[in-house]
Amino acid sequence: MKKIEAIIQPHKLEDVKEALKAIGVDGMTITEVRGHGRQKGHKEIYRGMEYQVDLLPKMKLELVVGDPRADEVIRTIVSSARTGKIGDGKVFVYDVADAIRIRNEDRGDSAI
Amino acid sequence: MHLRRCIALFSLILASTAVAFAGPVPSLETRVANLESAVKSAQSAGDNAWMLVSAALVLMMTGPGLALFYGGLVRRKNVLGTMMHSFILMAVVTVLWAVVGYSLAFGEGSPIIGDLRYLFLNGVGAAPNADYAATIPQQTFMVYQLMFAIITPALISGAFAERMKFSAMLLFTVLWAFVVYFPLAHMVWGKGGLLNAFLGGKIPCFDFAGGTVVHISSGVSALVCALYLGKRQGYQSEVMKPHNLVLSVIGACLLWVGWFGFNAGSALAASALATSAFVATHFATASAALGWTIAEWLHNGKPSVLGAISGAVAGLVAITPASGFVAPFPALLIGLVAGVACFFMVTAVKSKFGYDDTLDAFGVHGAGGTIGAILTGVFATSAVNDGLKDASGKVLGLGLIDGHPGQVLNQVIGVLISWGFAIVGTLIILKICDLVLGVRVSSDEEREGLDLSMHGEEGYNFEA
Repeated sequence: MKKIEAIIQPHKLEDVKEALKAIGVDGMTITEVRGHGRQKGHKEIYRGMEYQVDLLPKMKLELVVGDPRADEVIRTIVSSARTGKIGDGKVFVYDVADAIRIRNEDRGDSAI
Repeated sequence: MHLRRCIALFSLILASTAVAFAGPVPSLETRVANLESAVKSAQSAGDNAWMLVSAALVLMMTGPGLALFYGGLVRRKNVLGTMMHSFILMAVVTVLWAVVGYSLAFGEGSPIIGDLRYLFLNGVGAAPNADYAATIPQQTFMVYQLMFAIITPALISGAFAERMKFSAMLLFTVLWAFVVYFPLAHMVWGKGGLLNAFLGGKIPCFDFAGGTVVHISSGVSALVCALYLGKRQGYQSEVMKPHNLVLSVIGACLLWVGWFGFNAGSALAASALATSAFVATHFATASAALGWTIAEWLHNGKPSVLGAISGAVAGLVAITPASGFVAPFPALLIGLVAGVACFFMVTAVKSKFGYDDTLDAFGVHGAGGTIGAILTGVFATSAVNDGLKDASGKVLGLGLIDGHPGQVLNQVIGVLISWGFAIVGTLIILKICDLVLGVRVSSDEEREGLDLSMHGEEGYNFEA
């Protein structure tokens, strides 16, 4: 099993969800996060107080899939989240030791 | 057919009326007296209705108006503490006012402070007090003026937000009401007050709705508080963005609406003067919002929403002393000047001197109030307000544009007295509070935020 963690532009979330649905992925967890890589932030001014805002809003998408599907899912995320500009985000892939469904204690691939 | 039936009905009514009034006809004198009393009570009903609504509008400026405006501007860990500053004063000042405050402000006493004739609201009932407002119950006048006494110290809280101890804030407010507010209100509006232009003051000063009493006093005291308490931890090094400008926009809009009660209500009657003050207030606010926005757009490249609403408040402040004295176009001008000037106060001047006036109570109320008070001396005209008359009953000119340049000097003196009272009074009170309770929260409490450290609550509960 692989855990795929993608940090993407908030406005690409719908595209990514649609693309994943189209290839039959139906489970994921999404978190609103803030962060930055090489992308520069922006300036905000409140009554003359200037702030350089580096941490920009992003969406973190997490899903766990069986090993055979991992590559296809990653390719789908990357192609649907891309705008070609700095700030598009990153995808990280981890090995998962086990998965347990809380309702009935299914384990491994059948739990995901 | 239809017409004939109407005529029949009409004659029937006439006949029955004649029967009803068949008794002895009252004398002309009685009928005139009855008529006069009916006219009087009709006027009183109209005026009283407007004044009760105005009182409620002014209370709405403090809560929720100011509470939302200030609450949105602080960081999320201080939202409740900041809103509480406004809310608790709605209770504290009310009690003070009932016990002794009204008497000290409006009792006829020395030129500086009122006497104790209205202690515990003694004699303040349904009968009007002709010196102040001849057509409404004195109790209406009393409760209307109370709402001003509530919002004034609440305005100061903008300067010490996010770092003052709650206990010290309460003590400060109580003392401040006695040392600064009651005397100033008496001097400007009380009978025989030193600055009261209409009721025998030595230095006749025009302040229709509280430019000196409310805005200069609170704004200048705010500056003293900001300097005395010192900067917040991390000021100018950490991010201290407003946590929710949506709240602030709602608060500013409530202030704008509530201010009609504040200014137009200060006519103390549902009169043409109230209309004039209403119009002047609205016009000045509009032009001040535009003035700040344009200045900021040119200066920073973007017109911010916070700028637009701050400009509106600056305009409301500046027109307050002038509202019942100036025509609509001077009002537009006063607003524009205040909007642009206050923008530079909170940006250029504040950063040059480096004081931490957290929510710009001085930059907006102190500066806007001072500009408004002085410009009142320029644009006040008897064409709007014919309340000032000489011994023979001739209406006197008011400001510079009425050919009375001396009024500008009177206004400046009034401003200086207000500044002096606010500076000295506030400094002494802060020192006392500091000795008795300590004015500033501990460093850990400040980091934690006032919501948790002072009140044991949070504004936004994630797990709820």
